[in-house]
Amino acid sequence: MKTRLKTNETWNQMWNDGLGRAGIILLAIIIIVALIGPIIFPFDSTETGTSAAEIMNAPSAEHWLGTDEMGRDVFRELLSGARISLFVGLLATAISIVVGAIFGLTAGYYKGIVGTVLMRITDFFLALPVLPFIIVLAAICGQSLAITIAVIGLTSWPSTARIVRSQVLTICERQYIERIKALGATDFRILFVHILPNTLPLIYANTVLVIAGSILSEATLAFLGLGDPVNVSWGTMLHYAFESGAASRGAYWYLIPPGVGILAVVLAFTLVGHTLDKIMNPRLREF
Amino acid sequence: MFKLKYIGKKFIQMLITLFAIITFNFFLFRILPGDPVKLLARSGALSQESLDRIHALFGLDQPLGIQYLIYLKNMITGKYGISITYRTDVGTIIAERMGNTVALLALATVLIIVIGIGTGVIAAMRRGSTTDKVLLVASMTGWSLPTFWTGLLMIVVFGVTLNVLPVSGILTPGAVYTSTGAMLIDYLRHLIMPTIALIIVDMAEFFLITRSTLVDVMTEDFILTAKGKGLSEKKILWRHALPNSMLPIVTTLALYVSLVIGGAIQVETVFSFPGMGQLMYDAVLKRDYPILEASFFLFATVTLVANFISDILYMLIDPRVKEL
Repeated sequence: MKTRLKTNETWNQMWNDGLGRAGIILLAIIIIVALIGPIIFPFDSTETGTSAAEIMNAPSAEHWLGTDEMGRDVFRELLSGARISLFVGLLATAISIVVGAIFGLTAGYYKGIVGTVLMRITDFFLALPVLPFIIVLAAICGQSLAITIAVIGLTSWPSTARIVRSQVLTICERQYIERIKALGATDFRILFVHILPNTLPLIYANTVLVIAGSILSEATLAFLGLGDPVNVSWGTMLHYAFESGAASRGAYWYLIPPGVGILAVVLAFTLVGHTLDKIMNPRLREF
Repeated sequence: MFKLKYIGKKFIQMLITLFAIITFNFFLFRILPGDPVKLLARSGALSQESLDRIHALFGLDQPLGIQYLIYLKNMITGKYGISITYRTDVGTIIAERMGNTVALLALATVLIIVIGIGTGVIAAMRRGSTTDKVLLVASMTGWSLPTFWTGLLMIVVFGVTLNVLPVSGILTPGAVYTSTGAMLIDYLRHLIMPTIALIIVDMAEFFLITRSTLVDVMTEDFILTAKGKGLSEKKILWRHALPNSMLPIVTTLALYVSLVIGGAIQVETVFSFPGMGQLMYDAVLKRDYPILEASFFLFATVTLVANFISDILYMLIDPRVKEL
């Protein structure tokens, strides 16, 4: 009984699900905008306004979404921010999934002292309050995209580790693993050739949800002033908007677009993730 | 007997984790760039003699092992050091602000549990209906909302444009109250927007978990049996389905505390709400490490205790928990 991913079937089920389809379409639009947008409307963070009159202007023919507190074009900033938010979210997720999968695989396979120690480490990270933890790490390590990616990636893996481990535990109970072992396969081969592929369906659904969480984490960190000041993401935009009093000035053009961007991306990944989860978890499939 | 042993074991596990967090904190804040004494003195022109004296004053001339033991003692007895920005005892600053955060979290938690679980039950009982679909889409959208942004939007709409609610603080500055009641009403008015911004994400989380667990439970054989016995839908829900759905909800408790603390930091920042979260934000901006360290320690302790409580509730609810 193998649970390998059947790509075609999964895709069809996803497309036939209302929420799943909405997620895919939303995601496609966002990716196209993030890839092409900055090419047509490039953003230069040093291209500030030349006088006080150009600061926080309402939308006009020249600036479609108005200007920010330094007189920069919000629309162009928004497009370039899309790339950075997605970039950070995807890379952080990659780190998180790789670390989580390695922890989960090893902890599930080696049941003795190794497994126990690995699970204790996982539980330790799982027991920490996420936001205060990444705030402290980012505040100590400094502000750059690489640090944001590392901090989010290296703190969000424990849930993946737990999911993978429980799956590995059930797979190890199956007889064919015993047989392969008897045939003299190495641990490495059993883990990566025979066990890992069977955990992939779970990992895929989990990955999509981790992306949503990572993008939210990045936005929150950046909003709290811990983002990269040069490579401006949506969260960083909102940080400067907040710090320059855009809310009390009613500068909706500066506040609404970055937030809608975050909401759209996170919602798209959430919709796809939940639908994938439903497809991979047949007990819930009928709803 | 078994129960006591279980609680004891979980309690010891909690203490070990707490100890690990303190140790982690100790090393984390000591890999900081720069000499803390020079940072405090804010002058590079100090003589070596005075530097040594300050080092001795703060115990920095001691070997690392001794420093660690002193640190451990201070953390347990609540001595968190002196704030760099406020120049006063960190413990005192935290004590002043704790009450506001507790009020915000208490109000939010009640609303989240009642509304989140309530709507989850409604959706699960009418699976596939329009109500269910609307609630499902609304909760996924709510879950995807960045809490700080929800707060910012509310300020623009209700605070600036409509001007019906106060946008910051906990009491109207300069207000003179004729009675305690009037003051309480002002306090509550200041709590409205932060609370709403805070609860959206967690309500969605509770909704999704309640709904999916209940939907899952409703497909179990014993529910079919109950239906076959001719029990009313209400009775099936209250007597059979809900009790069996409590486990995943209780497990969510620990996760919830971590989430809601994150939310509190965001809304307190946005609404300049003088609580622990805003304190942490200010500490980040000013790199006030003693405050950062102490607030992280407190938030972590609260989350650990929540984990411990959820473990015990889990055991009390689920008779199957037998192995240690």
